Amino acid sequence: MKRVYLDHAAATPVRKEVLEAMLPYFSKIYANPSSVYDLGTNVKRVLEEQREKVAELIGAGKNEIIFTSSGAEANNIAVKGAALANRKKGKHVIVSAIEHHSVLNSARFLERFHGFEVTFLPVDKYGLASVETLERFLTDETVLVSIMHGNNEIGTIQQISELATSCKERGIAFHTDAVATVGSIPVDVKELNVDLLSLSGPALGAPKGTGALYFKKKLRFVPLIHGGIQENGRRGGTENVPGIVGLGKAAELAISELSSKPLYLQGLRERLVSGILEKIPHVVYTGHPEKRLPGHASFCFEAIEGEALLFMLSRDGIYASTGSACASKALKTSPVLVAIGVAPEIAQGSVVFTLSHENNTEEINHVLEKLPVAVEKLRSFSPVWRKKMAA
Amino acid sequence: MYSEIVMDHFTNPRNTGVIEDADGVGEVGNPVCGDMMTFYIKVKDNVLEDVKFNTFGCVAAIAVSSIVSEMAKGKTLEEAKRISKKGVAEALGGLPKNKLHCSNLGAEALSLAIKNYEDRKAGKVKDSDSPKEHAEESVACSCCDAVNPSEAKFCMQCGGKL
Repeated sequence: MKRVYLDHAAATPVRKEVLEAMLPYFSKIYANPSSVYDLGTNVKRVLEEQREKVAELIGAGKNEIIFTSSGAEANNIAVKGAALANRKKGKHVIVSAIEHHSVLNSARFLERFHGFEVTFLPVDKYGLASVETLERFLTDETVLVSIMHGNNEIGTIQQISELATSCKERGIAFHTDAVATVGSIPVDVKELNVDLLSLSGPALGAPKGTGALYFKKKLRFVPLIHGGIQENGRRGGTENVPGIVGLGKAAELAISELSSKPLYLQGLRERLVSGILEKIPHVVYTGHPEKRLPGHASFCFEAIEGEALLFMLSRDGIYASTGSACASKALKTSPVLVAIGVAPEIAQGSVVFTLSHENNTEEINHVLEKLPVAVEKLRSFSPVWRKKMAA
Repeated sequence: MYSEIVMDHFTNPRNTGVIEDADGVGEVGNPVCGDMMTFYIKVKDNVLEDVKFNTFGCVAAIAVSSIVSEMAKGKTLEEAKRISKKGVAEALGGLPKNKLHCSNLGAEALSLAIKNYEDRKAGKVKDSDSPKEHAEESVACSCCDAVNPSEAKFCMQCGGKL
């Protein structure tokens, strides 16, 4: 059966060019970059070349990048590290209500174990944070604000530069989780005016276990992993050389594709969105209709449950994601959907499609053929649908 | 994640639908917490002549409803009342730990339908029982109060043992 993979926010295949670039660094070129002899210094040089490529992708300086094991780790270092480094200045951090768990739980960690006060910044029905709301919560004690660039569940892209500028004027550090945007749309740290930015390798077609953190030159943060002087003492532990080479190659490819990729993805997405809204009644398109990730389409199908729909789709070879409570291990409604005001019973029917450049029109047509049938089947025996139709 | 039996019942659910002139109706859950099941029964000579259901919920909830309807059909009321959540989970070849509560819902919806039938027969017709919310399968950390999935062995926030 044909496989249509539309869950690229969850995982991506490692790109062929990336894998090829990485292969020599497993068993042929294996020296420790910290070793002083030529085998080591050669690897160190390669490592620094990758740092330059990742820096170029986001308009940063090469000394403003550290490599991490994931986007989640970069978020942890940014939130905990920057807040703790400034704890003498104040103990208040603000994170938006729709952050990834790696930001939310890092903030809660600061609250519980380091006596910080945390504000979860509300967003509007599209998931947008506003400067006005943010400024109402800023205090003399605020040392860090973290608001994600593109949301993984609803696709909304924030006006980061406005939010960040408001914080910078007050001397407050600003972090953005750009895992969903880097490689998907042009991202420039200077334009965004941020102090810290997290990115993830898999989002670019690099392997799992890779990521990076941008930090503005001279910005202070406490390391999370204490060890040797790798990454200039910002992160201990021998560098994941093959992974970093993969990340560098993926960044290089992303730079060359950024002029065409967003438009291509947006075209596919629009086809998917308009097809779904046309063919299926009682569907909520979540997130912002325009200010959104080009390859991201998220919906709530009323009167059915997301996990059941995912399994129906997977039988047709279609793979997507859900924010339904039943599919989450904690059986909790998605905090993102709650934050944008989606009623809990409607949030149960959440399904998220994340596209990549490898998807094509034919695949979208396959979804548009199978999805309405799956929705109709589940609704045919849904008591919620029955009541809705009777009303 | 799910057994073959679960997937079979999910893909081809048995006995879906509504019995318009049902002798008993039982409803549990609500869409807010993610599962809602309505069971309809037809009783003749103390035997469940027909059983149908409508279910809103995940794969497990749909498979549970289907197998409960199959297990109940043709049974006497007394036999049907003995269908337990354990029996349902076993008949499905097991359920993931965080989905076990679904098997409870199926047995509960059936027993409510039977109770509704008996109440009608005894002349104490009541409006359908108000749906009961089921407990969430999660654990609060004793150290920092964070809510963790029931499967987590350590707190995702502070690392404390759960």
